[in-house]
Amino acid sequence: MTTANSGNMEHDTDFAHEGHGDISVGVSGAGASGDGSASATRITPGNALRPEDIALEVRRGTAKPSEDVAEYALRLGDDALILAQRLGHWISRAPELEEDVALGNIALDQLGHARSFLTYAGGAWDKSEDDLAYFRREHEFRSAHLFEQPNGDFAVTIARQLVVSYYQYALYSRLMQSADPTLAAIAAKAVKEVDYHRDHSAQWVLRLAGGTEESRRRMIQGLRLVWPYVEEIFEDDELTTRLAERGVAALPSSLRQEFDNRIAETLAEAGLDVPDVPQSLGGGRAGRHSEHLGYILAEMQVLAREYPGASW
Amino acid sequence: MTPHGNPEFPGESTPAGSANEGSRAAAASASSTPATSTTESHSHSQWPLWEVFVRSSRGLSHVHAGSLHAPDAAMALRNARDLYTRRNEGVSIWVVPADAISASDPDAKGSFFESPQGKDYRHATYYTKSEGVKHL
Repeated sequence: MTTANSGNMEHDTDFAHEGHGDISVGVSGAGASGDGSASATRITPGNALRPEDIALEVRRGTAKPSEDVAEYALRLGDDALILAQRLGHWISRAPELEEDVALGNIALDQLGHARSFLTYAGGAWDKSEDDLAYFRREHEFRSAHLFEQPNGDFAVTIARQLVVSYYQYALYSRLMQSADPTLAAIAAKAVKEVDYHRDHSAQWVLRLAGGTEESRRRMIQGLRLVWPYVEEIFEDDELTTRLAERGVAALPSSLRQEFDNRIAETLAEAGLDVPDVPQSLGGGRAGRHSEHLGYILAEMQVLAREYPGASW
Repeated sequence: MTPHGNPEFPGESTPAGSANEGSRAAAASASSTPATSTTESHSHSQWPLWEVFVRSSRGLSHVHAGSLHAPDAAMALRNARDLYTRRNEGVSIWVVPADAISASDPDAKGSFFESPQGKDYRHATYYTKSEGVKHL
């Protein structure tokens, strides 16, 4: 959506039929991966589920989400989209150039998940991913409060990443068995990427906690700042209960145990305690957001709204 | 605080405002050289350099891809993954501390590498096949 080859709905149509231009030739053509023409500088896109593939299925009618499934996909997509926007802001501002790229990579992974989920969700309402990302208002977003929390210093971002990546790993691992084949396919692609995000955040928690007095203090403070928003992502409601009964969704509360265990393990290794802080009220799933989301949306949406249909 | 939650100017009023620049120093010193003084921590002590070798597929050897900074070997591997395998380039990565590599002296090219020139007899093609020898 915010990549150079994004565009309006007509452009998306073109992409689905023709792929991304040069780079996607290798996807359907011979030699995409693992053949004898390998070299040290080999560059291939590889084979993976792309948002364009989902758009094509939606348009052909082979993948059509029900109202409930679309609403659920919208939640997951909004979580990833808002986090991607937040993380993208680190580019050129991280502690080191290498960390710029690492956070940028994670942001792009999240953006990819968002595109897939929103494309699929849009199938229920005849909307494109761009319609949903750029032309909804604040109260129409379904992301949880955790994802819109400010970047803060590096330790706060790492604390937020720790929670998000452990949560998403548990979630996507379960969604791979979803009765909805499209959700299962998106989760199967996403879970490997999120596994790496988990490793990235855990490595940094260990280093910040075991580094200097200053880095340890900031890590503890970062965890305390993001922890009030943990409860909300594990809250069940009517939608998730209905979908979980049909085997489509993973009931958020059922992910909590695994999350708690793994978080406790990592924090124990870092010699840190799980923060004991009061929980926020939440409400993101119902469109009630903190003061932060409006600013994020203003920046994210301004171009698309100022120049509708713009492509670049 | 700015709308992004990232401070544009380090040291600005809010606690988070002063945090960003400080975290550079904190992150850097968390790993390698302990920051000796506060003034120095602002000049941002640098992580050590690592050389990266990437194997593009099974059966091929690791090839030098470039270098990067990282606090330790584990992070160097991860940074290498992020920097040098973004486009499906690799199935395996090695990282080596740059100062562990001893290199030949570029100024000694003559004495180091020119000696073999003209020594045709070191190549198999120099020799003629002897009569009656099979399987050559």
